[in-house]
Amino acid sequence: MRTLTSRFLGYAILIFFSLVFLYPFVIQIANSFKTEADAAANPLSPIPHPVDTSSFERIFDGTQFPTWLGNSVLVTVVVTVGRVLFGSMAGYALSRLRFPGRRGLFVLLIGLMAVPPVVLLIPKFLVLNQLGMYNSYPALIVPLLADAAGIFIMKQFFDSVPVSVEEAARIDGAGVFRTFWSVVLPTARPALITLTILSFQGSWNEFPHTLVSVQDPGLFTLPRGLADLVSGSLGAGTQYPLKLGAALLATIPVAIIFVVFQRYFVRDANEGAERG
Amino acid sequence: MASGIRGNERGAGWLFVTPALLILGLFMALPILMALWVSLTRWNGQGSPFTFGVPFAGADNYTRLFASDGLVRQDFMTSIRNNGYYVLFVVPIQTALALGLALVVNNRLLKGKGFFRTAFYFPSVTSSVAISVVFLFMFANTGAINDVLSFFGINGPQWFNDPRGVFHLVLGDSAPAFMTDHSLLGLTWWDWIAGPSVAMCAIISLVVWTTSGTFMLMFLAALQNLPVQLDEAGMIDGANRWQRFRHITLPQLRPTTFLVLTLGLISTWQVFDQIYVMSQGNPAKTTLTPAYLSYRTAFRDFDYGSGAAISFVLFVFIVLLTLLQRWILRERKP
Repeated sequence: MRTLTSRFLGYAILIFFSLVFLYPFVIQIANSFKTEADAAANPLSPIPHPVDTSSFERIFDGTQFPTWLGNSVLVTVVVTVGRVLFGSMAGYALSRLRFPGRRGLFVLLIGLMAVPPVVLLIPKFLVLNQLGMYNSYPALIVPLLADAAGIFIMKQFFDSVPVSVEEAARIDGAGVFRTFWSVVLPTARPALITLTILSFQGSWNEFPHTLVSVQDPGLFTLPRGLADLVSGSLGAGTQYPLKLGAALLATIPVAIIFVVFQRYFVRDANEGAERG
Repeated sequence: MASGIRGNERGAGWLFVTPALLILGLFMALPILMALWVSLTRWNGQGSPFTFGVPFAGADNYTRLFASDGLVRQDFMTSIRNNGYYVLFVVPIQTALALGLALVVNNRLLKGKGFFRTAFYFPSVTSSVAISVVFLFMFANTGAINDVLSFFGINGPQWFNDPRGVFHLVLGDSAPAFMTDHSLLGLTWWDWIAGPSVAMCAIISLVVWTTSGTFMLMFLAALQNLPVQLDEAGMIDGANRWQRFRHITLPQLRPTTFLVLTLGLISTWQVFDQIYVMSQGNPAKTTLTPAYLSYRTAFRDFDYGSGAAISFVLFVFIVLLTLLQRWILRERKP
């Protein structure tokens, strides 16, 4: 009897909190298909009445959403490739290769991981401005191409893998580069997938960096464009169905990646716990 | 070059770290030094800050934040007050919620763990901007939150237009004279004890909602690593559920709890995206935070020196918190 009540109570709590955590997304989806009047009158209702897709038409015809989407795809792809490549190279070197200054570099890496990103806004603007890169694609992309946390993840991974396979390859006469490309990287698949997913999610959602690197709406990524829509570039009315629809479209790619590769997200959070 | 298995590692090592080192050096390390210089000047954004024409301010930008009476200090102190209350609410609530959810999800009698874990964690992977848009709609005057409140007979506030502090609301409208007569660092005592504004409460609930899932996963991982025997021993000794939680589970979770609290503490002092999208520091500066104030001072008021100085104060504060955290965690390790 006691287990029955506690089981019931447990499910009640879980279902209540599932609603708290998921219902906002239901509200978002439902209201993006409502008319503005319906959204204002029945914000809680999960069913649009009538179903109205005009906000999506206006997202594609009346805003620069298609441009922002293109920019987001470009930035995300380039940044993800860069982070995975440079992160695994640096992580491998810090873990396996013996060269002077390695220990110092690792200390520097740990130090950089402690730098709060938000205090880098003005500094990043200064350097982009000084280099004449401000308000360009390189400004949007290059500073994001390597991240300290990604290098750290790869170094930890290589530390945990036995060296025997590569040593065998080396004895067979393969150089450092050949060994890295054809022996090391294929065995690092799980860590590479984790890093790819984190880089994808991080660069797709990246917002503050776009604030200090570009100002031309033609160079905005989705988060920046969305923020711009919210702060009133739309003109008359609140236009919530349109804003919610645009936010929804910006959320879908990460949602798909999350559902498909969930265990990699979970693993990273767990490793975060163990790092402590 | 030496031969043998490790022969070309010296060169290869540096070659392998060079791309990452260049990017991190050029866009993290160097900019910090540049900003340190700018924080000592009165650069207004025209031309380069690294020429002789730029007026040197010395420590002025810093002393204006702390020592001299004026709008700059008043805004800075207001932002610290706002962020302080924000931290005071977000960190304990998200930690308690994360622990509570982890305990329930970890319950051996319940099925569907995977689904609930996914549901609670999903908000933390979404874009902060996109989710802020959703919460703006939910907290709108005719939004979902006020709809739910009216269901319980409560007349919801105009969330993002309401600068009243919640402690002021509890204490009543009239401020006692001694509270308004005395002031500290440019704000009256009465202003200091305002509590988070109603608008800030909406942002607090958004952040708790997005981050609890991540911390729940950390607690869950820790719970799954706990030996079952201790709990069973407690059960045999006749300890009830609360006693077992209080005296067996919780002490074993101490390292994780400490980690979650400090990670929360470090990240809550950096709140920016949500403020930018939802309130821009309004209403009546009650959602102004140091991170947002620094951005606004530099990029809206073109006072880059002052903005950089605020960034640096925040930078030093957060790095100190991080060092403290790492130092304590190191002590704990066997």
